[in-house]
This record gives sequence, C-alpha cells and structure tokens, in this order.
Amino acid sequence: MKTHLKGFALAGLTSAAALFANAASAVEIEYWQYFFDARVEAMEQLIENFEAANPDITVTMTHFPYADYRTKVAAAIPAGEGPDVVQLFYGWLNDYVEAELIQPLPADTFPAAKIDEEFFPMVQAMKDGDAYWALPTAVRSLALFYNERLFEEAGIDGPPATLDELMETAAALTKTDSAGNITQVGITAGMTAQDHHWFREGLVRQFGGEPYTDDYQTVNYNTEAGIAALEFYTNMFMGENPVTAIGFMDEPQAAFKAGRAGMHIDGSFRIGSLDNTRGLKWGVAELPATADGVQSNYSSYWVNAVTTKAEGEKYDAAVKFMEYITSDEAMQIWLDVVGELPAKPSVGMTEANANDEIFGPFIRGLSYANTTKFANESAQRQLLVEMVERMQLEGMSAADSIAIAAQAEQALLDEYYAD
Amino acid sequence: MYRNLTIRQKQIVWAWAFLALPVLFYGVIRFYPTGNAILISFQNWNLLGDRTWAGLENYQKLWNDPVFWKVFANTFLYLLIGTPISLILSFVIAYHLDKLRFMHGFLRMLYFLPFMTSAVAMAWVWRWFYQGVPIGLFNNLLASVGISQIEFLNSTTNALPAVLAPAVWAGLGFQVIIFMAGLRAIPTSYYEAAKIDGVGWWTVLTQITLPLLRPTIVFIVVFSSIGFLRIFDHVFNMTTNNPGGPLNATKPLVLMIYDTAFNGFDMGYAAAQTVVLFTILLIVSLIQLRLLRSD
Repeated sequence: MKTHLKGFALAGLTSAAALFANAASAVEIEYWQYFFDARVEAMEQLIENFEAANPDITVTMTHFPYADYRTKVAAAIPAGEGPDVVQLFYGWLNDYVEAELIQPLPADTFPAAKIDEEFFPMVQAMKDGDAYWALPTAVRSLALFYNERLFEEAGIDGPPATLDELMETAAALTKTDSAGNITQVGITAGMTAQDHHWFREGLVRQFGGEPYTDDYQTVNYNTEAGIAALEFYTNMFMGENPVTAIGFMDEPQAAFKAGRAGMHIDGSFRIGSLDNTRGLKWGVAELPATADGVQSNYSSYWVNAVTTKAEGEKYDAAVKFMEYITSDEAMQIWLDVVGELPAKPSVGMTEANANDEIFGPFIRGLSYANTTKFANESAQRQLLVEMVERMQLEGMSAADSIAIAAQAEQALLDEYYAD
Repeated sequence: MYRNLTIRQKQIVWAWAFLALPVLFYGVIRFYPTGNAILISFQNWNLLGDRTWAGLENYQKLWNDPVFWKVFANTFLYLLIGTPISLILSFVIAYHLDKLRFMHGFLRMLYFLPFMTSAVAMAWVWRWFYQGVPIGLFNNLLASVGISQIEFLNSTTNALPAVLAPAVWAGLGFQVIIFMAGLRAIPTSYYEAAKIDGVGWWTVLTQITLPLLRPTIVFIVVFSSIGFLRIFDHVFNMTTNNPGGPLNATKPLVLMIYDTAFNGFDMGYAAAQTVVLFTILLIVSLIQLRLLRSD
C-alpha cells in the first residue's frame, strides 16, 4: 500500500514537472490598459499580429475602468502579480519610476539616439539620461473643429487661419435673441475642457511667452505675454460683443455636437464621438496662428512600459512586445482603429496621413506641439479655471488673477518636486 | 466543558456565537479601515510608493489651507440651511397631508418618489434646468416673460442654494413619512380633551402636537444633519467639470477628500481631512444623542 502511494506521488510530480516544462516553452506575458472600446479592439488586433509572428509568446490583455486603474496597478505589481507590460499616462511617469513599478527599456533594442531621431520630439519627456522609460504608440493634439453648415449659412468660405480671423469668424457666427442672450456661440469656451491646454501651450507661446521654464518646474506665464494671452481669451466672452459664453449649453462639446457652436477646439480623441453624431457636418483645421504666422499646439499621450515584475524570459518577451507595439505597423493600426495619431513622423507624415482631411490638421499640429509635464493635471487645470472665474465672477484684473494662479501653481509644483 | 457552564454563561456563549459573524464583518469592513485611515493621516502616500511618516504635517497643511476653511464653511452652510428648511417643509406637508383624505395615498407617493430616485439622475436633470438659454428650463421661462437671466450654477452666491435645493427635495419624502408616523402615534384622547376645552388650532399645535413630536423631530434632525454634512453626489454631479466650483463656492468636505485622494493621489492629506470629518460627525451625533436622552 505504502509503495503504491509513493508511486502515485512520484507520477504526480513528474507529470506536474512536464506541465511546467510545457509552460516554459511558451512564455505568457500580461498586458494591462484601461477600458476604452476602440483601444481594446486595436490592442486585440496588435496582439493577434504579434502572436502570429512570435508563436512561442502569448499575450493576455486585462483592462479595467479608468477609475480603478492606478489603484489596481499599484497593488498588483509589488505583489508580483499583474502586468509585464503596462499602459500609463505620460504625466504619471515620475510616480511610476519612483515607486519602482517600471524598468527602463534596454538601450540595445531601444537606443536613445535612434528614438530621439525617429519619434516626434515631445516623446523625449520619457527619457532619463541615455535610457527611455516608456514609449507611446499614439499621441494626441489639438485642432479647431468647425461646423460646415453654420459656416455656409453665415457665408464664410473656410476656417480662420489667424487669431484675428478667429474672432471675426466667431463674431459672424454668434446669434442672440431679442434680449441679447446668446443662443448660438461663435466658438465654445471653457478652461474645464481643452482650453487650458490651448492657453498654456498655444496662446501663451503665440503671444511670445514660455509657459514654464526649468523643465516644467517653474511657472513662467505671469508675464506680459501671459497677460496678453489671458486677455485675448477672456475677451471672447467678457468683451463688448461676446462671441461665446462660459458654460453655454453646459459643456463645450455638447454645444458643438448640438450644432449651436460654430467652432470648437478639442483633441483628436473627439473625432470618434463626432463621427457618430447624426446631422452634424463638421471639418477640422489647424489651430489659428498669430498674424506673424506663429503656431503652437499641445500634445499628450499614453505610453507603454515594461514593469519591474517582468524578469528572465518574460522580460525578453515583454521587450519584444514593446518593440512591436511601437513599430510603424502598430501605429498605423492604432490610427485606423482608435483615431489616435502615430507617434513617429515616418508614419504620421506619410502623404496619405498628413493630408487626410480629418487627421491631417492634428498630425501637422504635432510638429509644433509641446507637452506639458504635469504634476497633478486636474489640480493644475483647476487653477486656470479659477483664474478665469476670478475675472468673470469677481471682476479681478487679468494681471492680478494670473499672478494668483501662477503663485498657486508654483506652490503645487514645488511640493511635488520637493521629494 | 460546555456542560459545566451555568445557564447564564451558556446564554452568553450562544450570544457570542451568533454575534461572531457580524463582529468579524464590522471589524474587517468598518473598524480596520477606520483605524488605517487615522494611521495614513500621519503619513505621506501616493498610492504607488512606500508610506513615509509625516507626523502632524498633513494637519498643519490642512490648518493653513484656505480652501479647507472655505470648504469647512460650505459644509456647515449645507447643514444650517438644509436642515431647518427640510424640517419645516416636511412638517408642513406632513401636517396637512395627515388631515387630507382625498387622494391621500397618491399624494404621499408623489412626495416619496424623489427619495427613491437615483441622486445622480436627479442632479443631472436639475443641472440642465439651471442652464442659461437656450436649454435651461428656468431661464427659458424667465426669458419668455422678458426677465433677465439668472446665473444659477455659474455664480459664487447662487450656486450653493441651487445645488442644495434638489438635495432638500430628494430627502423630503422620507421625512414626510416619518413625520406622518409621528403624528399618527399621538393619542387622539389629547385632541379630544383639547376640543372639549375649546382651544384653538394654534394652541393644539404648539401645546400638544409639537411637544409630543419631539422624538420624531430629534430623529429627523440627526438623520438629515448627517446627510447634509456628508453631501457629495448632488454637488459632484451638478458641477462635474469644475467640481465644487465656481471658486469652491459649492465644495463640501467629502468632495475635497475625494479630489485630494483620487485626483491628487495625496492619500495622507485626504485621510487627515477624513479624520476631521469623522470628528465633526462624531461631535454632532453625540450632541444630538444627548438631546435624545434628556427625554
């Protein structure tokens, strides 16, 4: 009886060992991202292609609602669970590096000099010394959406090219009722949407300023240029003949979707939802330049990185996967499925993409775009929201209000970079 | 062993046997996180890295934060405006509804309906009511009779009452029901005696009804004060793009905690705010319990 048992145990062990051996020959790595329909679909395609080219590697994708994302990643990786390759917002990089959740990409597969050359310049925010920590598949930028029907109705030929033209066009598109209440805005406005990016990286630079210095650690928009930019912005709704109203129809994108706004500045991620809006005929143009032709744009992106959990053969597989999802092919798939812009000029600036009626203005915008390094994006946005509110609701001057915002934002940055 | 116990001891053993599960549940779900939150309030933690000791730093920061004092004042404004208004409104409604026989059940249902409605849906509907022309219901009505627009939400003075109104309305149904139960519980003999003595309705109200409703009133005050001190969903949903705005005019303490924790990822500071809220709730509840006991 005893020997029987021993035999069983031995057989069990050997078969278990055989199973392990099998598992080892096919490496399985995990990929995590937050849930967004098109992104998941695009990643499924990428994984399928990658697995076909690398039959010995299996990639499992897990996705979560955006709200839980950070908590789950933070809990899983130190516990040795969770992803080998993870997606994160570029603004979170510092936190992930400090918490030792991700490791730098190997310099032999991802040489910094080559990446500097191949990717759009704003990706260099992901570089530390000679190594890149993470790389994006796709990037986003801003552009001017305009309602073609309303343009036609007002007899305007095309989108404005300069800021002065923007104001003229907006004035022609604005409608009021007999009491003077605005019933259709020329252009939407609201720092709560994308306008705070337009202000920081667009207007402030276009008016001759530089919003931050010292690698985004020092606030620098409390200058003449900054005040001029703020006055230009607030003049749209606080001037004598306002062409817009803050909070018109609750949200800027809602007003544009409903056909009650002539123009709307928004990111490339809005394309999908506008595409599905019935009865809306819209076009896209680059953000208006100054009279001297100065252009400036804002771009942001999500990156992928290899986590500290990936070791040995999983690490090699993870690096291979990273190589594929930052390839030209992957970027084209991402553009076609998600509508986000390729992170490399070699893909973005192809004849077809750069001249695309919809993607073109966004992609061309990338070449003069800057990426703000946020310490806490929502708090920093809130400061600009309040900067405008102090002027509108409390009658403060632009100079005083921008000074308060700059001081508060500096305090926030100081605290963040202190440790 | 068990056999040797007295009946009294056996009862205790059984009581604890049955209590074990809820005690365990409360320990893990309530008391452990509460203790942990107090611990985190003395630390710095961004959810990702290690927790480091901060001593009283978070509390000092709180004390020197002008936003915190603004939020603190807002929280008490919600309480001090919301509780009396909802108390008086619900009493008046219950008092008259109690006397009414015609369509009594139907009316009671109408008042109770908002209480059952999801706060999120309600907040969004009211948010749209408050918009300016061309979509806001109230402002469209005003515009149609030629009165100038009122900024409900985009105003530092009007926003807080505007956010509070649907919150009061939502809680009304429940309080009406409780008041009606309280009214029914007053023995009719008192009223008959009053009738025989020939006293007026005002005397009946102030000498019989209100004094005998005291436990009900205390309960509703406790219940609704805790509710207003913890107000979150109405404010958050009516001001999602600019949470607690404009210029923090509507921001309650709970919203500040949420923002610090899940947008700022400053868990230590958020925990310190939580401890302050916990203390306020504790004090308010203790005072009110004391009032209850003096009955």
